Amino acid sequence: MAGEPDSPRTSAMRPDRRGARGGAGRRAARPGPRRRVRTTVASGAWAAALAAGAEMGFVACERMPASTLSMAGVPGAAQTRLGWVVLGVSAVVVVVVTVLVLVAALRRRGEPVLIMPARTGLRWVVIGGIVVPAVVLTVLFVSTTLTLAQVTPPPRGAPTIEITARRWWWEVQYPGSAPAAAVTTANEVHVPVGRAVRLVLASGDIIHSFWVPRLAGKTDMIPGQRNIAWLAAREPGVYYGRCGEYCGAQHAKMQLRLVAEPPAQFERWLAAQRQPAAGVLPAAADSGRQVFLRVGCASCHTIRGTPARGAVGPDLTHLMSRRTIAGGTLPNTPGALAAWVANAQAVKPGALMPAMPLPAAELRVLLTYLGTLR
Amino acid sequence: MAEVQSVETAPAERLERIWGTEPGLFGILGTVDHKTIGKRYLVTALAFLLIGGVEAMAMRAQLAGPDLALLSPEEYDQLFSLHGTTMIFWYALPILSGFSNYIWPLLIGSRDMAYPRVNALSYWLFLASGIFLYTSPFLGQAPNAGWFAYAPYTLRQYNPGLNMDFYALALIFLTVSTTVGAINFIGTVMKMRAPGMSLNRMPIFMYGTMTASFASIFALPSLSVALVFLYLERRFGFPFYDPAGGGHPLLWQHLFWIFGHPWVYIIVLPAMGIVSEVIPTFARRPLVGYTLVAMATVATGIIGFGVWVHHMFATGLPPLSLSFFSGASLLIVIPSGIAVFAWIATIWTGRPVFRTPMLFATGFIVLFVIGGVSGVVTAAVPYDWQVTDTYFVVAHLHYVLIGINLFGVMAGFYYWFPKMTGRLLDERLGKWNFWVMFVGFNLGFFPMHIAGLLGMPRRVYTYPAGLGWDGLNLLTTIGSYLFALGILLFLINVARSRRHGESAGPNPWDGGTLEWATPSPPPPYNFAVIPTVRSGYPLWEDRLGRLRGAAAARSVVTRGPVLDQGRETVDTSALDADPVAVLRMPQDSLWPFLLAVATSVAFYGAVFGAWWLAGLGALGIVATILGWLWPRSLEGGAVA
Repeated sequence: MAGEPDSPRTSAMRPDRRGARGGAGRRAARPGPRRRVRTTVASGAWAAALAAGAEMGFVACERMPASTLSMAGVPGAAQTRLGWVVLGVSAVVVVVVTVLVLVAALRRRGEPVLIMPARTGLRWVVIGGIVVPAVVLTVLFVSTTLTLAQVTPPPRGAPTIEITARRWWWEVQYPGSAPAAAVTTANEVHVPVGRAVRLVLASGDIIHSFWVPRLAGKTDMIPGQRNIAWLAAREPGVYYGRCGEYCGAQHAKMQLRLVAEPPAQFERWLAAQRQPAAGVLPAAADSGRQVFLRVGCASCHTIRGTPARGAVGPDLTHLMSRRTIAGGTLPNTPGALAAWVANAQAVKPGALMPAMPLPAAELRVLLTYLGTLR
Repeated sequence: MAEVQSVETAPAERLERIWGTEPGLFGILGTVDHKTIGKRYLVTALAFLLIGGVEAMAMRAQLAGPDLALLSPEEYDQLFSLHGTTMIFWYALPILSGFSNYIWPLLIGSRDMAYPRVNALSYWLFLASGIFLYTSPFLGQAPNAGWFAYAPYTLRQYNPGLNMDFYALALIFLTVSTTVGAINFIGTVMKMRAPGMSLNRMPIFMYGTMTASFASIFALPSLSVALVFLYLERRFGFPFYDPAGGGHPLLWQHLFWIFGHPWVYIIVLPAMGIVSEVIPTFARRPLVGYTLVAMATVATGIIGFGVWVHHMFATGLPPLSLSFFSGASLLIVIPSGIAVFAWIATIWTGRPVFRTPMLFATGFIVLFVIGGVSGVVTAAVPYDWQVTDTYFVVAHLHYVLIGINLFGVMAGFYYWFPKMTGRLLDERLGKWNFWVMFVGFNLGFFPMHIAGLLGMPRRVYTYPAGLGWDGLNLLTTIGSYLFALGILLFLINVARSRRHGESAGPNPWDGGTLEWATPSPPPPYNFAVIPTVRSGYPLWEDRLGRLRGAAAARSVVTRGPVLDQGRETVDTSALDADPVAVLRMPQDSLWPFLLAVATSVAFYGAVFGAWWLAGLGALGIVATILGWLWPRSLEGGAVA
């Protein structure tokens, strides 16, 4: 990914359509409105991020990037097909019953005197309350079971991605043939478009839930067990994902991006991620690295190829290849990164990353160094 | 048995003296009059509704637009957790218990509940546990893990404050109240019905609360165990839920939902019962399909125990168990369908009059159906994986809790307020009250379905713009504030009508059940003579002739035994309500109040880890129980 003309920084939230022609063989259905969404900002932190020149478009690639109704992959498509069936049946039931209630209430009849009608009205109860529901529910149960059987087992031979949820970010690992070939990244899951991947979902602390709405429903990430899920994106693009189970202070801002790209491009990305960080750096970046190692960043973060081996926060080896930072909350721009490093608490109060009140000069070289982690 | 007299000749003054509560502090703290206890339940639960409502309004202000910062994440988390816990535990069931307490003996022709002192204890514990819970926000340490509080987030290493200690202990505290209350209801329904009120002549409201009470007895132990485990793990490190120590987080979820799903039915079945009383009165005919509705009520209570896993579809359970629980969750629709169509058929074939109680009951039917079918959507497992933990579920549960609980409760208030106070609530204000609430509710809560389908997760203190949620959330805030205005109209109506309302008389709605045979408000002894019941609507027999479950003989409400040798009422057999004995009912007593105070002391000790205080409370509990149960000679003469 690194070094491509359209750098991820500027293409952060745009649909990546380039592979559509050559890749999975499917043309993107429609170009999609490239609406930039401007955010109303209330909190000072967000304002700071904006002032720093950050582009706050969250997921400008689609109008409804989190919708459970517009599917772009499997098994979400089958789940949502069932969803439409039950939602449709529900709507019909609500309309019919409401009409019955209104007619029952408003139809003309005699004086409101106490009566014991000859008709007991029992037929209503038997037909409307027992027979019709029994038929409808049987149909729903059968379609539920069939859909369940269809979507449950992951396709055979699908490559595995291990995702571990932590407060409030995602560790993403691609196991290699050897330990050295393994790749660790964060908050951004890359998958080859049109191919199924098997997800092994775990938690590093409390219960979270993995959810990329346009591709598949939620699977909980529970400490003490590993849950298996799978998905495949039909179209290349950047998909919005997030935590689906309340997990404390920053559950609201525990988000991720899933990048579906043509297989060749995916392989290139994976190969680039395997590389350690560059050893030889220009002077400014090199002094930034010293700051990184000195002020405590390294006790939480790993940068492969350096002594930084912390395992608390995200691996930063290829930080600049990612579209977002702060658990998918801020776009990865120099301004947003500066705001985040200087005072993460202002962006995500309660986050485990402390505020880092560094002298301006040190912050500047630190950011220069981070900028080299491509 | 004592001599038979007519209502006119019965010694009203003597009965008043026997059953009346002393004025003064002793009377206030010691009364066991079910009507007083019932009203206290209603007022206290309403207070919790208002508190929970204010919490909700703060949250809706925060969510009115994207990225607002009126509340900090921690404040928001405590607010939504308190809101849910308050509404589900300290409002939804207690308000129904209030109606049951007040109305039941009147509805079944009895002079009191089966265990009046236990009844008083149940109320005092409810109040004390609520005060205990609401100590926490004053310390800035209110529960913060949602009303179902999933472990391990609730454990000490992730949640070090007292927040979840308050949660665990306040709920254990309330559980004691609910359990003794349920025992009292079961005893009452089984033994206190007027002679002749066999099970097939018993009002549906009785079936609702009875089923809820049985379900409580079976469901609450699971909650108590879960909470005791949580407290032990937090305080003493027993590893029940922490996988690092060999526990498992899903243990909490199973224990909680084995309780939690039946609880949903516990807090709606009595409200459905209220509606089953209101609709026939205003449709001017007996309820259609009485037997089916009664059976459906009980069936719901039973099937409700087989659906808990539908809260856990995304936890990685095997597909076979998913299908089973999906099937059970769909099956439970059928009893609900029976009730809905019985109500519609009653209105359709009757000659309805749309006074305010009937408006609320009719609105209830529509909201019931919306809340019901959105539940069906979550039973379709693969799609549930999408909608679970989104605003779709928030919409669903509010349609259940507001639609099927609060609208039923409002119907009950407008229906029975004249019985309780002797004055009618204002009809014009009542209609405004209904329409503002109904429109506000749907305007506010229906868009939540859509927000959920568009992927908005629940329990987020804010959300970014650009996901299609902004307009829907603004609409929800506006609608819910309108809804709150409806509640305000209700309070105004109560405040005004209590003093200046139209005088009600004993039977303002021309109802057919026994409570309308008593004066409004009823005297402390309820019935001057014990009635004999021969049908489901004793007061309609003269005009309708043969009725459901009717015997050849007619009900008699104006003549019967007086029973004035002390606090006496009739004990009848469980099925056919044949008279078995005359019961000597207990006098007013301070023991229930003192026991609740001692229990409070113990719980405050436990939450702060002040073991001397907890020990003192425990000693107080033992002492008050001994005092309460100490054998003493029967008060007020021998048993007849």
